[in-house]
Amino acid sequence: MYAQMVKSTGKSVQALDDMSPEERAFQERIDRGEKIEPKDWMPDAYRKNLIRQIGQHAHSEIVGQLPEGNWITRAPTLERKANLLAKVQDEAGHGLYLYCAAETLGVSRDELFEMLHSGKMKYSSIFNYPTLTWADMGAVGWLVDGAAIMNQVPLQRTSYGPYARAMVRICKEESFHQRQGYHIMMTMANGTPEQKRMAQDALNRFWYPALMMFGPSDKDSVHSAQSMAWKIKMNTNDELRQKFVDETAPQAEFLGLSIPDENLKWNEERGNYDFSEPDWDEFYNVVSGNGPCNVERLEARKKAWSDGAWVREGMMAHAEKKAMRKQAAE
Amino acid sequence: MTVSDNTALFEFLLRQGDNALVLGHRTSEWCGVGPVLEEDIALANTALDLIGQTQLWLALAGEVEDKGRDANDLAYFRDPYDFRNLLMLELPNEDYGRTIMRQFLFDAFQVPWLTALQESNDKRVGDIAAKSLKEAMYHLERSAETVIALGDGTDESNSKMQQALEFLWPYAGEVFADDENDVSVASKGIAPLPSSIHDVWNSTINRTFSEACLKRPESQFAHSGGREGFRHTEHLGHMLATMQTLQRSHPGATW
Ligand SMILES: [Fe+2]
Ligand SMILES: [Fe+2]
Repeated sequence: MYAQMVKSTGKSVQALDDMSPEERAFQERIDRGEKIEPKDWMPDAYRKNLIRQIGQHAHSEIVGQLPEGNWITRAPTLERKANLLAKVQDEAGHGLYLYCAAETLGVSRDELFEMLHSGKMKYSSIFNYPTLTWADMGAVGWLVDGAAIMNQVPLQRTSYGPYARAMVRICKEESFHQRQGYHIMMTMANGTPEQKRMAQDALNRFWYPALMMFGPSDKDSVHSAQSMAWKIKMNTNDELRQKFVDETAPQAEFLGLSIPDENLKWNEERGNYDFSEPDWDEFYNVVSGNGPCNVERLEARKKAWSDGAWVREGMMAHAEKKAMRKQAAE
Repeated sequence: MTVSDNTALFEFLLRQGDNALVLGHRTSEWCGVGPVLEEDIALANTALDLIGQTQLWLALAGEVEDKGRDANDLAYFRDPYDFRNLLMLELPNEDYGRTIMRQFLFDAFQVPWLTALQESNDKRVGDIAAKSLKEAMYHLERSAETVIALGDGTDESNSKMQQALEFLWPYAGEVFADDENDVSVASKGIAPLPSSIHDVWNSTINRTFSEACLKRPESQFAHSGGREGFRHTEHLGHMLATMQTLQRSHPGATW
């Protein structure tokens, strides 16, 4: 997901009996469904894991502005332009809430940016794919925001209070984004032959990358047990992926578009769709830097940051001067 | 040459709408790459306000023209010489300093201008002005504050802002050069003459620049050609090529 490659401690979950009294009290609070707040005691590993997870999530929001930002200047009507701009602005807002949530754990936004720029922290693999036609604005809203919702709705119940509250605000907007994306898809799918072609092409390119958003298959994801015990991960990757396919397949059918998977078929017995796994080699390639847009995305972020340095420094210097003048006047 | 009532009003409305459209478009180019997250969000807000204003002005322009064109037709199917925006607004963003300085020079005009337009004889004009004014006042507050902060910030930010001001200065005066169309709409009580706004604008910018430790350039020269559509810069064609690409390459499609 937006934090698809967060590795947990790598150790198996500690049994309650092996825990220190503090750790045990902490785990019991979580088991009772209590929220952990910034000033509460928490194990170091919990804090570190959350920083990485929330940080990755925040980075995904702001790197995620880029592929959609690519179409703001080419939006085909004034209404679409305003809607897309507002949507991408929402993503910046999500980034802001999440950086604030991470800051409550004792890491600054600047430090997190530094880790993003140096490659020490990742963002979701999905944003390393290019947006090539206007239909991609539909596909991204429908599939990418749709997949984000699958993951984030349960995270509203996550154990860390500030993260859970950020998720509540974010989820409301994400479902709006998804509907907006689906509406673009619908308009294109019912449009001219060229528009229909763009819509199908967008679905072809985004289907498997969207499935990859949930992270590797559970059998290859050894790190999630501790995160689940801590309730900073609420469902397994495969559960969420299945849920996504089950919801999305009928939506594609309604659009009259075909999902690029010959094996996609309703399985009466399981009560789920059967579907093909994405190409995990491609996934690991994208995650390790070889996606179609990794280099450009990171360059764009770094350039924005360094171009903006004089602005941030100027504003800071002015604020300090102002405070000093005020003090001198008193 | 005498201009009929509607032609002059139509021209006037295009000028308002195209200013908002072109500046809104330029501002939207910042989305995702602003100097700091809060600023990214604020710039998107400004762009959204301007796109909203565009829709109102151009919809009314289409109505007044009475040839069945709506706001989207006017935005997406006119060529550069039919655009009526100020030259300053179509210039590339270049850097944040130029972007915010341009916004300020424009806002400092828009606030008194829209305030006056609220009294228009044409109620439709007055209504759009009243709605846009609230947004423009907020824009001015923000752009003036930012110009002051960066002018008063570091040596580097001061010199960037001074350079931005010097670059934009020859474009800043275009808006005040009354022409035949301005005289025509003024005589009907639709709008005041733009030149009547000059004093207020001067005092706003002088006050702000002195707080910002910036030196107002002395030149009185002003480029012209945007608001008549007579001679735009080379940049507008590129902007429109980008903006209009889908509509132009798929005529008749619904989006
Ligand atoms: Fe988001
Ligand atoms: Fe979203």
